[in-house]
Amino acid sequence: MNARQLKQRMMMNIDPVLLAALGGFALVSLVLLYSASDGNLMRVLAQLGNIVVAFTAMWIVANMPLHYLMRAAFPIYVLGMILLLLVMTPLGVNSHGATRWLNIGVATIQPSELMKLAVPLMMAWYFEKDEATLKLRNYFVAAILLLLPVALIAKQPDLGTAILIGASGFYVLFLAGLSWRIMIGSALAAAASAPFLWSALHDYQRHRILMLLDPSQDALGKGYHTIQGMIAVGSGGILGKGYLNGTQTHLDFLPERTTDFIFAVWSEEFGLIGNLLLLGLYVFVIGRGFIITANASTYFTRLMAGSITLTFFTYAFVNMGMVSGILPVVGVPLPLISYGGTSMLTLMLGFGILMNIQTNKKLVKT
Amino acid sequence: MNRYVELKNHQREIYYFRLRLVLSLGFVVVMLVILLLRFFYLQVIRHDYFHTMADSNRIYVVPIVPNRGLILDRNGVVMAQNYSGYTLEIAPGKVADMDGLIAELSKLVEITPKDIKRFQKLLTERQTLETMPIRSQLSDEEVARVSAQQYRFPGVEVKARLFREYPFTDMTSHLIGYVGRINQNDIDQLDEDDVASNYLGSDYIGKTGIEQSYEKDLHGKTGFEQVEVDAGGRAVRVLSRTAPQSGSNLMLTLDAKLQEVAVKAFGEYRGALVAIDPTNGEVLAFVSKPGYDPGLFIDGIDTETWDELNNSPDTPLNNRALRGQYPPGSTIKPFMALAGLFYGTRSPTHAISDPGYYMLPGSRHQYRDWKAGGHGAVDMFKSIVISCDTYYYGLATEMGIDNMHSYLSRFGFGQKTGLDMEGEVSGLLPSPEWKSKRYQQIWYPGDTVSAGIGQGYNLVTPLQLAYATAILANDGVAFQPHLIREKRPAGGGAVMTEPKQMFDLKIDPENLKLVKSAMEAVTKPGGTAAVASYGATYRIAGKTGTAQVIAIKQGEKYDAKKVSEYNRDHAWFIAFAPADKPRIAMAVLVENGGHGGTTAAPIARKVMDYYLLGKIPQPLPVVTGKTGDQSD
Repeated sequence: MNARQLKQRMMMNIDPVLLAALGGFALVSLVLLYSASDGNLMRVLAQLGNIVVAFTAMWIVANMPLHYLMRAAFPIYVLGMILLLLVMTPLGVNSHGATRWLNIGVATIQPSELMKLAVPLMMAWYFEKDEATLKLRNYFVAAILLLLPVALIAKQPDLGTAILIGASGFYVLFLAGLSWRIMIGSALAAAASAPFLWSALHDYQRHRILMLLDPSQDALGKGYHTIQGMIAVGSGGILGKGYLNGTQTHLDFLPERTTDFIFAVWSEEFGLIGNLLLLGLYVFVIGRGFIITANASTYFTRLMAGSITLTFFTYAFVNMGMVSGILPVVGVPLPLISYGGTSMLTLMLGFGILMNIQTNKKLVKT
Repeated sequence: MNRYVELKNHQREIYYFRLRLVLSLGFVVVMLVILLLRFFYLQVIRHDYFHTMADSNRIYVVPIVPNRGLILDRNGVVMAQNYSGYTLEIAPGKVADMDGLIAELSKLVEITPKDIKRFQKLLTERQTLETMPIRSQLSDEEVARVSAQQYRFPGVEVKARLFREYPFTDMTSHLIGYVGRINQNDIDQLDEDDVASNYLGSDYIGKTGIEQSYEKDLHGKTGFEQVEVDAGGRAVRVLSRTAPQSGSNLMLTLDAKLQEVAVKAFGEYRGALVAIDPTNGEVLAFVSKPGYDPGLFIDGIDTETWDELNNSPDTPLNNRALRGQYPPGSTIKPFMALAGLFYGTRSPTHAISDPGYYMLPGSRHQYRDWKAGGHGAVDMFKSIVISCDTYYYGLATEMGIDNMHSYLSRFGFGQKTGLDMEGEVSGLLPSPEWKSKRYQQIWYPGDTVSAGIGQGYNLVTPLQLAYATAILANDGVAFQPHLIREKRPAGGGAVMTEPKQMFDLKIDPENLKLVKSAMEAVTKPGGTAAVASYGATYRIAGKTGTAQVIAIKQGEKYDAKKVSEYNRDHAWFIAFAPADKPRIAMAVLVENGGHGGTTAAPIARKVMDYYLLGKIPQPLPVVTGKTGDQSD
């Protein structure tokens, strides 16, 4: 097997368009992280490691027979639920007032990350199984499959992840044809129960929502993140302050600037033009995801591809919205750019599934 | 197994699915538009606002306090200077348990109960976030000890600062004054004068004396540094710098050694001395005894020491030279004589027969001369030499209070001299108008009689009397008394104070000659201050005076031995020398000194000897003039 054949074999199940865009994100991530970490090369190298692992994982999933994934859906979901329950036992690791991690001896893992893929996978598999005879009952069961882990995660508390998983599951329900009557009805019910939900929120979550309405009322406390983020974005202007020249970034005014607030760094240094370019990159990936979804051949792949694409968009929207001050600070990283291996891995696994679906469509065609 | 079902519904399902997908796409587009609008709002519409916010985040303006100007005497001897030292300071806002902290700090450096009291007083005066000194002048070892343990004490800092120092301490306390920490009153005043921004970062301001009166010159111009800071408030780099401009150095008209000679000449006596160069108004010596240590006030004085100073019967805080008001007594007589000659009330040769008392026409009341039995025949010359009261009782009565008031005003009595020092008082030159306004009483002929010998309502300050003496010495040509000879701005150059002629009384030279020669005779055998010119190689003119502290009843005799010390008469001596061409004129007041010729005149003589001959009455310690740091 010569090099060309190897390359062909390697790329057989890879969507080159999507890969190019994801490569673009990886590049942006590394370049931006260098600035956000004040030129900390170790940080950049660590992220490069994360990217290599994540891309490898993507490649593996893209080359995996699709029915493996379907077959794995149920066991992964059950495993995820068990782990989520274990987090609530003394095995859970508490940090900064939230218990999200699980000590498994060799490392700590975050089961909610697993659920980001496991939940839509499970739901899509469930719908596929009963595809022929979908009844209201199926949607109800699927909703339960969604709400159980979401509730457990929200209780940790991890509002950001809960929202994202809730969204990914909702997209499955929506694409699976959940009737408008039920959606509108539940929306009304949710609005009616908002006061009760409010009282169920943790104090810090309430504060974050209140701060969204008026961040200035606690400028040095809870509103600090939002205000400094908005200052960074706003002071960037149209052209930005230039790479490595963001004052908010380099003088430590921006909190969590390599992770959740990395978009503020981008915005401050590259301005509105930079934001348009970055949004364009997201739109490109999402657009590609929509095309793959539209062309997906089976019920399962359609739901899965649609959910992955829309969830990816949701990620980006929630993060940018929170940094620019239109959404509360809920702790969602900027997808494919924020520093961190877990989020990168989960996302790339999703893209691996997307590529796999794209290839499967081809197989059906030939 | 359900393949056929799927086949059956395939098209429809795809259709519905794609419909939902398109709806999702619409949702995505709407959300993207929202984001874009938000970016546009933040980065274009409100960019200026956030740009300013980002700058105010990162840019701090740090004031750079200018070095205070030095105060030097006319020969360059340093009278107020700066030295750098270390203070231990506490930021009250960052300390929860102040007493505990102080107790801990006392284990590292010595903190006396006085330090603590002073610190506590500072705390009540100004409640701000800035640091307050609890101990100053730390030794290098103490600095090292505190620095090593500083992590244990948040809010505690060792600061290197410039301190003010007055090498002559209590000898010049009333002249130089002192600086003190800026308090709320000072801040209000600075705000009112619209110079508050020049005091950002300044800790001290002139409170009294030259330090207060020339605050504007001494303070200098505050510089600014724009520094970029990070979120922790640490300065990262300097963006721009406007250098501060040091205050001007001030050269006084005063002669430091002369001042020292004068102060020492007083010995244990309280009193005041003002010496003026009559030819240009330069104040050569300015003494108010006792003085105090001005250093006590710089970082706030503790209540105990303050009470001690404030309640002392010697009133060391009272600037006697500027603000002390005393009856001029017989020192008024030369001026009265000139008035008599001016109005023609007396001719030089006219002699009265002095029986030892004076009676107003139609009254039996006797106004006694100081000498029982009287002086016999007394003409104007003799009246000054022997200080005949009877002569002046009659002269005043015949001249009338209005003429008397009018003529004496010309010499500055009853008015401020306009010396360049804040807080001067005007003394009192009585008149019928004044009396009716003040007491709603008419002016009695008896009032004129006692006014004629400088008693009664008359009050002068030592400065005023020195000024009047200088005018007389300079033949009626008055020069504005002033303390600053030269201002030397930090940038270089020097601004001399031009002598300012106030007026020329155009006194008849014959009259002047008579009065001046009589005053010269005062200091010779037969005069009331015969000791004054004993052995002198130059000619001295003078006049003694006595200011009564308690009134003596009619028919009683004043006996110094029977009167408690603080109620004894004050002794005056005015003098100028050389009598033919005066270069120094002065007024000396010795509180409770009794007779002017005995206590005040010798002081004047010592001062004149030094000024005119360079004769030092006793060996003086050499004051080394450390110069303050004048860079930037």
